[in-house]
Amino acid sequence: MLDAVLSGLRLVATLDLRLWEIVGLSLAVSLSAVALATLLGLPLGAAIAVARFPGRQAVIVVLNALMGLPPVVVGLFIYLLLSRAGPLGELGLLFTPQAMVIAQTVLVLPIIAALARQSVEDAWREYEEQLRSLGADGWGGALTVLWDIRFSLLTAVLAGLGRASAEVGAVMIVGGNIDGVTRVMTTTIALETSKGDLPLALGLGIVLIAIVLALNAAAHMIKEAAQQRVR
Amino acid sequence: MSAILPLRVEEVSFSAGGRAIIERVSLELEAGLSTIILGANGAGKSVLMRLMHGLLQPTSGRVAWSGEGARRRQAMVFQRPVMLRRSAYANVVYALEVAGVPAAERKRLATAALEEVGLRQVAQRPARVLSGGEQQRLALARAWALHPEILFLDEPTANLDPGATREIETIIKAFDAAGTKIVMSTHSLGQARRLGDEVIFLHQGRVAERSPIGRFFPQPASPEAAAFVKGELPWA
Repeated sequence: MLDAVLSGLRLVATLDLRLWEIVGLSLAVSLSAVALATLLGLPLGAAIAVARFPGRQAVIVVLNALMGLPPVVVGLFIYLLLSRAGPLGELGLLFTPQAMVIAQTVLVLPIIAALARQSVEDAWREYEEQLRSLGADGWGGALTVLWDIRFSLLTAVLAGLGRASAEVGAVMIVGGNIDGVTRVMTTTIALETSKGDLPLALGLGIVLIAIVLALNAAAHMIKEAAQQRVR
Repeated sequence: MSAILPLRVEEVSFSAGGRAIIERVSLELEAGLSTIILGANGAGKSVLMRLMHGLLQPTSGRVAWSGEGARRRQAMVFQRPVMLRRSAYANVVYALEVAGVPAAERKRLATAALEEVGLRQVAQRPARVLSGGEQQRLALARAWALHPEILFLDEPTANLDPGATREIETIIKAFDAAGTKIVMSTHSLGQARRLGDEVIFLHQGRVAERSPIGRFFPQPASPEAAAFVKGELPWA
């Protein structure tokens, strides 16, 4: 066990090229998915928070429930969509990094939208009268609130990033875990563990945790620094 | 631009959760006189002003402005101002932007408004770190920049100390001097005397009395107002 940990650390320290390719692809896929989901999820969450329409409560319940989507089920769903016989088969995206980005976006979108919905709704209670008095109704008001609470929304985005970087089921199914093409950290860890190559699996595990920690630390510091300026 | 005043409130009622809060209120508010809305807690002062300002829709009756574009030519200052998380200056600019003022004019108007309320020195500070009194002055600057024809104030000094209250009252007088119609609710009879020309006294959602300020205090016409003035006076 200790040996495995040590060789894992050695692999990391010696900048094994194969390992860093995997790390790079993981980051590219998860960060793209989170960026897309943020772009779509924040306005969606804000709209649901501010709008009043029939069935709104049901939409909120469904959105909250979607936060717990099982990655393998999302993977299967996207697989069916993208497979040769599927409705989007023409695009030839199955077993590409793009397919992995799509799957992770679908997984992360509800998390960011649902958490944003809650934050915006709480803030809207405070801002609504003032903004309506100034003449900012509807979309204008929602976007104003979204921008004003952007630092607390960072938590929603980080929750999404945590989900994306940790999941293995969806990327495994739509990516296929093809060496050098769609192999990412989590799929490699799963594969190498089952093959018995514990050092590589552990090395990747350590890198994965370190990256998640570093991203969160960076986000936290940016938030603190920026918040000092605008309060 | 035609004037939006007088404002006519016609048989307006408002109920929420099955409870009548405003009952068949009819009023006409003309330009010029500063109107003070008095009444006990729960008499409906805040709700009446929100109905006039358009933040609430009457359950029945209607609020009618005389001219076009009333939405943009009125402003309201709340008991607790809500500031955006940006500088004091940017808060004023935001109000101008939302009101559709061309970008080229925003800077001049915002600077002048901050000057008027004495916040020029803290213009670049985040609005939310300003003191309660400064934030309320900023709320007044936001209104000042818009040059409203009518300004609603809902107990604007309820949370403030005497010093800050005096500063706010000075600014309200400046609005009056600049030709803005003042409609203000307050709990302070002293403040009503200092700022008002006439009093509208609300009791249980109805207008119990409307009198010039000089007559209201010495000899209120309605028994409800008489009891209110008598009861409140020692703390005014």
